Amino acid sequence: MDSITVHPIEASTLAPQVDLLFYALLAFSFGLGIFLTVLVVGYAVKYRRGSKADRSGEQARNTVLEIAWTSATALIALGIFLWGADLFLERDHPPAGAIEIAGIGKQWMWIFEHANGRREINELHVPLGRPVVVNLSSEDVIHSMFVPAFRMKMDAVPGRETRLWFQTTRAGTFDLFCAEYCGTQHSEMRGHIVVQPEEQFAAWLAAAPSTASLVEQGQTLFRALGCSGCHGPNATVRAPRLERLYGHPVGLSRGQTVIADDGYIRDSILQPQKDVVGGFDPIMPSFQGLITEDDLGKLVAYIKSLANAGGPP
Amino acid sequence: MTATAEAPDRRSYFAEGWNPAAWLLSTDHKRIAWLYLVALLAFFFIGGAAATLIRIELATPAADLVSDDTYNKLFTVHGIVMVWFFLIPSIPATLGNFLLPLMLGAKDLAFPRLNLASWYVFMAGSLTTLYAVIAGGVDTGWTFYTPLSTMFSNSHVSLAAAGVFIVGFSTIMTGINFIVTTHKLRAPGQTWFRLPIFVWTLYATSLVMVLATPVLAASLLLIVADRVFGIGIFDPAQGGDPLLFQHLFWFYSHPAVYIMILPGMGVVSEILPCFSRRPLFGYRFVAYSAMGIALLGFLVWGHHMFVSGQSSFAGVVFSFLSFCIAVPSAIKVFNWTLTMRKGSITFETPMLYALGFLGLFVFGGLAGLFLAALAVDVHLTDTYFVIAHFHYIMVGGMVTAFMAGLHFWWPKMTGRMYSETWGRIAAATTFVGFNLTFFPQFVLGYLGMPRRYHTYPDEFAVWNMLSSAGAVILAFGYLMPLCYLGWSLFRSRRAPDNPWDATGLEWQTSSPPPQHNFATQPEVTGPPYQYELPEIDRPAAPR
Repeated sequence: MDSITVHPIEASTLAPQVDLLFYALLAFSFGLGIFLTVLVVGYAVKYRRGSKADRSGEQARNTVLEIAWTSATALIALGIFLWGADLFLERDHPPAGAIEIAGIGKQWMWIFEHANGRREINELHVPLGRPVVVNLSSEDVIHSMFVPAFRMKMDAVPGRETRLWFQTTRAGTFDLFCAEYCGTQHSEMRGHIVVQPEEQFAAWLAAAPSTASLVEQGQTLFRALGCSGCHGPNATVRAPRLERLYGHPVGLSRGQTVIADDGYIRDSILQPQKDVVGGFDPIMPSFQGLITEDDLGKLVAYIKSLANAGGPP
Repeated sequence: MTATAEAPDRRSYFAEGWNPAAWLLSTDHKRIAWLYLVALLAFFFIGGAAATLIRIELATPAADLVSDDTYNKLFTVHGIVMVWFFLIPSIPATLGNFLLPLMLGAKDLAFPRLNLASWYVFMAGSLTTLYAVIAGGVDTGWTFYTPLSTMFSNSHVSLAAAGVFIVGFSTIMTGINFIVTTHKLRAPGQTWFRLPIFVWTLYATSLVMVLATPVLAASLLLIVADRVFGIGIFDPAQGGDPLLFQHLFWFYSHPAVYIMILPGMGVVSEILPCFSRRPLFGYRFVAYSAMGIALLGFLVWGHHMFVSGQSSFAGVVFSFLSFCIAVPSAIKVFNWTLTMRKGSITFETPMLYALGFLGLFVFGGLAGLFLAALAVDVHLTDTYFVIAHFHYIMVGGMVTAFMAGLHFWWPKMTGRMYSETWGRIAAATTFVGFNLTFFPQFVLGYLGMPRRYHTYPDEFAVWNMLSSAGAVILAFGYLMPLCYLGWSLFRSRRAPDNPWDATGLEWQTSSPPPQHNFATQPEVTGPPYQYELPEIDRPAAPR
């Protein structure tokens, strides 16, 4: 990278779209800014004391002009708003077939876990051109995952799951920053995103130390923590079954219906009294403080994997 | 107070004595303005010293001056001191305090003793926080984000927050005083639309102070309660929500931005007509837009949280409202510009500062459009682009306006003229130094350099070095007025009552004013800013 740069690398499908808006704004801002500067400097020179300029017909108000520039400003503002909002809302719609990766922020490092269980610290390998969803959580304070080359940023907030997605357009190594101030070594909480062609990535992923996949680890935890004692097939306690749960509507005891998404499953593990399934007693204990973010992500992955299962394994 | 017909006292308010008690126990708004001015300048230089150390550290990518902990404490001190102990009270408590009664033809503010009390409360609070800084510092940033501030910081958070909490009461006292004074103490004939815009902006500012500051107090109290008693309101493990703090904090802190900039807009609205010898263009629109900004300022706090995890829908709504607030700001700029048209313009120091304000406010404000545009903000938020944006508004805008006002009313406040040559040099130096310091930060932000970074990758080195170099020039720009204004107090020619030939009641009394401001009650018979072109520039044959 050159020592004097003015334009950051574009490495995601989003980047050129954001840049287009950025440069449109830049052109508009410089246009208006320079127009006003020229006007102010021009007036200052033309109407300096003692100049020969024509000063007749002065007036201190012009309602038509006021209304004209007010509406023009409002219209331009509305246009920029719509453009920015439209692009922003794409954030909620990752393309189908995205690979999911868990991202955990903790003072002061980033931990990433791939579906097959491979973990990395301060580095994230992703395949070129495939959409990637990163499910973010935090073990302590608020962090923010920021990849300038992707024009993408999202906070990792303790107690909830957030996500960001991107689709890369060029291979290479790109900066990863923590953008939300998180304490003493905030500026050391940075790393790299390594974008590799599909086959290289597959090779990298397969070279993982032989750990179990996230789902398998989740399944182990599901038994170890005693979840299966109530939610399993041979349970003696009456608890909701978790097969075909993820992504489906759930009727709650207080009469509402929610879609069982990642946030719902997390909340149900940490704050089971919050959304009790209709027809069941609120008897599940909270696992708050008994389970790490890391393990929580594995449990959620396992429960998600049951969505298409005919029955528990 | 009894309004008896006492003999008109023409002695200057300085003649009331120079012993400490005559200053520290005076309820004269003019003396209290000086108490504030001295205290605020001290804080400005403390905050500035922290900024200087930050810029020296950032001149190179590696950590070479201070440790990471010290660096974090430095930017926290810089933020807390500059926001709460300088910018928020800056123009209202000094120039506003001095000028509001004078501009209304009143003897004093409505509650002179409350005014003095507000200074003591301010000092108690700010010194509490300063003690926390000396005792070991705070490392949360001025934003006190949870759960970092409540559960993870081992620094003096509670004490620092307590100081800011106390200072809030002084802000509220000033706000109430200004609101009541504007309603009740206007001169005979001075209707609302005959008020100078500076009064309008102080009024709008005061409303925001009174309505927003209690929310800050509540959020700081909750932080202390969470730290001391572990009530867990921001702790997810206890069912709390860290984002709640951001909502509360920005519900105060975004309106607070307008507390900081509105009075600056008022100052510029006084100066541009005076040195253009023209009435303010679109007076009513400028007055209404001040009120519009104060109102809309309460509805945009969520634009600080576009990537925080708040819902996308909330993001869209807050983005829309943020674009709305661009409109009244733009109206003001257009009107200021047209005020100069067909004028007879001269370029004394206050005018140079005011023109500098105009340029920096325009570019700083336009940068705000980038941050309000959702998809672009996702990239730019929490980077140096944000730093550059708000320094353009707060330093380029507000501090420049403060300097403009200080120079404009200095003859009235002190009875002395300062060196015009040095004044112009300082105004030009500040403008150049400011742009050199902060323009590179726009580029840094777009390149992706996050804010609050103690060390950074090499690719950002050149722009950071430029910024640090500019800061040296900027520092000179601010040190110069300290010297020649200070010098003018002792050895400089005496000021006439109205050195700029300005309209406005404050110029009708002597410089410096007598203790009770006016020998006789002034009356207002027409609109403000009735400037006329001087003989030399008058059109030849007005038909």
